Amino acid sequence: MDRANYQNFRIEAENICVDYNGKVALYDANLILGPGQICGLVGMNGAGKTTFFNALTGFVNISKGKIRINGESLRSAQKDQTIAYVPQSEGIDSQFPVNVWDVVMMGRYGSMNILRCPRESDLQAVKDAIERVDLVAFSSTPIGNLSGGQRKRTFLARAIAQRASILLLDEPFSGVDIRTEKLISELFIQFKNEGKTILLSTHDMMHVREFCDLVLLINKTVVAYGETSEVFTKENITSTFGGISPDVLLGPES
Amino acid sequence: MEPFFFSSINTFVTDPLTHNFMRKALLMSSLVAAVCGFLSSYLTLKGWALMGDAVSHSVMPGVVVAYALGLPFSLGAFVFGVGSVALIGFVKQKSRVKEDTVIGLVFTAFFALGIVLISKIKSNIDLHSILFGSPLGISISDVRQTVIISLLVVILLSVFRKDLMLYCFDPRHAKTVGINVIFLHYLLLTCLSLAAVVGLQTVGIILVVAMLITPGATAYLLTDQFDIMTIISVCSAIISSIIGIYFSFWFDLETGGSIVLAQTFIFLLAFLFAPRYGILKFKRIFFINNNG
Repeated sequence: MDRANYQNFRIEAENICVDYNGKVALYDANLILGPGQICGLVGMNGAGKTTFFNALTGFVNISKGKIRINGESLRSAQKDQTIAYVPQSEGIDSQFPVNVWDVVMMGRYGSMNILRCPRESDLQAVKDAIERVDLVAFSSTPIGNLSGGQRKRTFLARAIAQRASILLLDEPFSGVDIRTEKLISELFIQFKNEGKTILLSTHDMMHVREFCDLVLLINKTVVAYGETSEVFTKENITSTFGGISPDVLLGPES
Repeated sequence: MEPFFFSSINTFVTDPLTHNFMRKALLMSSLVAAVCGFLSSYLTLKGWALMGDAVSHSVMPGVVVAYALGLPFSLGAFVFGVGSVALIGFVKQKSRVKEDTVIGLVFTAFFALGIVLISKIKSNIDLHSILFGSPLGISISDVRQTVIISLLVVILLSVFRKDLMLYCFDPRHAKTVGINVIFLHYLLLTCLSLAAVVGLQTVGIILVVAMLITPGATAYLLTDQFDIMTIISVCSAIISSIIGIYFSFWFDLETGGSIVLAQTFIFLLAFLFAPRYGILKFKRIFFINNNG
């Protein structure tokens, strides 16, 4: 197993740059994450958080740099169902005519045959995933009739059904109820124990403190990266947010 | 009174069927409607109504050029349909003009080019039948081509049914799990160009966009399940075609226009009376909903 050496790292992003028609959205960004690590991606609106996710999912091409997932190329990571993306609520058409079961089944598409006919194992994976996010009673509910939290859990279930080892979560805590927040935080502990790697973007500094082992502060490029306790300082946060004092963002106790 | 009523209904339905051209028109239009209706649910959900308009108009010069060179209509239509979309993308990327403006600009230019070409190339292409359709005068070679293209589109859409649904719903997830979204994008565009060509014969180039939008919009008001939406879309398109052709036969109306008006009428019914999404909210009276 030659690959074993590389598998120490799940995500290796080296000096990645992304530009949209010549406009630089992200430059010289680096990130290294191992199994069982939870990393918070923090930055202002337009700082390149979504671009970072887009680059890691292969949704945009990087103009420079290198991305390796489990020591392999992004393409083979996609084929292997390694990465799951949990979208922000606003990124999804909530009126689309699909129900919870349909959405979670989409997590299995990549490992099905060309006609996407579910096998017994796919049905079981979907069933288990829906159970884990506590939506069994809502299996056949159209996503348009769900609450924001339930919709968030539906997309989490899709990532679980996909059996991905890397989870990218865009604002997992925005617009969710307390019950969902509690369920997500329990899932995070389970994911960590299963050795999954999580990269999540958030606006809420308290969540970073609570859940993230590591934090990546970005403002078009990496401002600071490391252990949350070391990196998540007043100075770093202030420079990430363009001079706004963290007191405003964090509350007086910091 | 009653026997007369029934016999007149009977005549209304069966009389047109004694004519060969009417049987052919009904069959062809139903087939075309089914194809466009199938595609329509994807276009509605993807938000490609304007794109449908653009592509269906842009195929016109392709049809004329293909005719002049003796090539199949579908080939010319495909080249110009996909070409227009590529051009729209290029102009949008290279200039500060907004997308809807670019779409309007490109497709009207293509459409105008088609009209100019028809007037210049001496042929027996009938401008009127391209603009307004001529389902009552479809020739045998047209029938063959329509059937082949329709079957091709239906097979493609059926095979990639779920992938296309995922592509419309969440392209980033599709990409993340290794599905080729660029292929799906061009597949949808190809089907759109081909559907525009077959739709052109029934309702004409000006109204073909209605065939590509209205059935999907109607179905979208009636269900929250994708598969059922597709079925409703196809059925409403076929029913509209039949109604439209009968009305055009009995009241001497332009066939393409009648078909589209029949589609609009069904949409209006859904708009008013749809159980959950109709403005009259009938779900309180009839307990019909798809909520499990």
